Amino acid sequence: MDSLQLIVSGLANGCVYGLIALGFVLIYKATEQVNFAQGDMMMLGAFTALGLANDSHLGLPFWVACIGAVVIVAAVGWLLERTVLRRVFGQSQLAVVILTIALGFVLRFVAGTIWGHDPLTLESPIAGVNVRLGGLVLGLDEIAVVLVTLLLTAALFAFFRRTKLGVAMQASSQNQLAAYYMGIPVKRIHGFTWALAGATAAVAGILFASKGSIDPNTGLLGIKAFAAAVIGGFGSLPGALAGGLVVGLIEPFAARYVASGYSQVAPYALMLVVLILRPHGILSQVHGKKV
Amino acid sequence: MRVQLKTSYHHDIRLFPDARRALRFAGLVALAIALPFGLDDFLIGEATNVLIWAIAGMGLMVLTGHAGQPSLGHAAFLAAGCYVNAILMERFGLPFLASFTLAGIVTGLAGVLIAIPALRLHGIYLAIATLALSVLTEDIIVLAEPWTGGVVGLVAPTITIAGVEVDRYGSPDRFYWLCLAVALLVTLGYRNVLRASLGRAFVAVRDSEVSAQAMGVNLARTKAAAFGLSCMVTGWAGALMGHFFFTFNHEVFTIVISIQLLLMIVIGGLGSIQGAWYGAIVVGIVPQAINVARDWVTGAFGGGGLAIPGIEAGIFGLILVFFILFEPLGIHGRIMKWRVWFDLFPLCRRDMFRRQKSYLRTERMR
Repeated sequence: MDSLQLIVSGLANGCVYGLIALGFVLIYKATEQVNFAQGDMMMLGAFTALGLANDSHLGLPFWVACIGAVVIVAAVGWLLERTVLRRVFGQSQLAVVILTIALGFVLRFVAGTIWGHDPLTLESPIAGVNVRLGGLVLGLDEIAVVLVTLLLTAALFAFFRRTKLGVAMQASSQNQLAAYYMGIPVKRIHGFTWALAGATAAVAGILFASKGSIDPNTGLLGIKAFAAAVIGGFGSLPGALAGGLVVGLIEPFAARYVASGYSQVAPYALMLVVLILRPHGILSQVHGKKV
Repeated sequence: MRVQLKTSYHHDIRLFPDARRALRFAGLVALAIALPFGLDDFLIGEATNVLIWAIAGMGLMVLTGHAGQPSLGHAAFLAAGCYVNAILMERFGLPFLASFTLAGIVTGLAGVLIAIPALRLHGIYLAIATLALSVLTEDIIVLAEPWTGGVVGLVAPTITIAGVEVDRYGSPDRFYWLCLAVALLVTLGYRNVLRASLGRAFVAVRDSEVSAQAMGVNLARTKAAAFGLSCMVTGWAGALMGHFFFTFNHEVFTIVISIQLLLMIVIGGLGSIQGAWYGAIVVGIVPQAINVARDWVTGAFGGGGLAIPGIEAGIFGLILVFFILFEPLGIHGRIMKWRVWFDLFPLCRRDMFRRQKSYLRTERMR
């Protein structure tokens, strides 16, 4: 029973990691850029929802605040692409990495200035409610996290497989020049991708905030999500989610069965092992490299 | 307009291209040596900080700027150097010069060990793997408590060189000169590596691994050498940093330090020794400039408690965004452009440094 409880809470954590990782992978798949600020966008989503929903701030109804946060962070993502990242279009990956790290610093600073550096809690209707399933006591928030993540992943998967826009995104990822020749508006697609990643980050942020308190450094969680994305393979949406779940599950178990200090170490150690054995992730798509 | 006349192939790899630069270097060194006489203790400490960051920056610059291997985990090697140096002095009673040298060598060997798995990783994956390394270091320091003191940390022992005590607080000027000596030696060594075939192999690997291999560069050995040299220098910087902070624990060498180090050399200018120095100066000046600006604002508009936490990181991030967007070559690149403009005076054209557009092709193929 104990380990079942661990599994559920691990799954809930893992879903949040998976959603952030999903954002990385979305951007990486469509634009070949790696967004180190994804964790900070998650943090921004959480804080926007908090700012809209909490009584001490705007006090809007919870669901309105959620939608508002998703829209706002999506807009932020789109704006970032439009104003900043489009200018480094076609430059080396390292430039983008450094740029997004710097953007993460700026986002953290902005959030800290608006909402302060003390931990805050989102007042959500699903927090603190327990559900009994057999002998198992589950938090409603944990169940909601898992469900929302499943839904979102399915929707994204269908989007990339079935819709014209999704296929265009895949095409622009594989070869930007060829995509241009085929009449795909590559730049507009990049903007859209960033908006989508922002929306995903906002959802992850709301889910994370409904499980505990947040502060501007919450964005550093993105590093753990990175481990998730790498374990799952950087170019694969289901892989990102699977990686997130693996990281989420390994943490409580390492803490329980090895020693408490190891729960922090385990995900990264696993990631290093994966990187060394399969440098492109478990579900990788790399088959060779051309000059 | 100035024309450099080259009469021999050796002119291309001379330590200083012409007498003017040698003189300028000598002048800078003289100025740096004389600096403590004109500053108070606090400012000497800040100058020492800049020197230590410059050493660490040069360490990372070898790897990222010249060999093209991005690392987001150099705080791990700073920590390694710092702890090895302190443990060797404390537990084994080695004199500073011996423990300091050993700290660099041990860290360098650790770097070579890390390079073996890292050889399979490229670009972004390498950055992420080193990032993980940096995160792991914090926890490893806590877990290795018997040696590292865990959460409590260690106290850096007093340095004695040939009977002269060098202490960060007791004699900041001597500590400054110690750091300056190390920084100068590292700079000269770095410049000499770049002149040798190893340095040019680094640049070849950075520009194209496949072409470098075709030219007979041993990729594995070159990358391992880059990691080893880089980590050795970073380890030295870490050892000095330990003495600079006096007490240190796992919270000193965080992931933020790693990132700041990378951002620093990008601001300074990737691929140049000067870049590491410019970056270090920026890192040293920004907090002071913010302090001055804060005092000025509170002085002008009243309102005492205008302390905005996190403003340093925010401003640092903004500076960096502007550099990546408008001057990807960093401060050194900007200075080079001005110099070219003066050297070619009437002939310089606006589009001389225009960046070429390129299109990315994915590495993921089906």
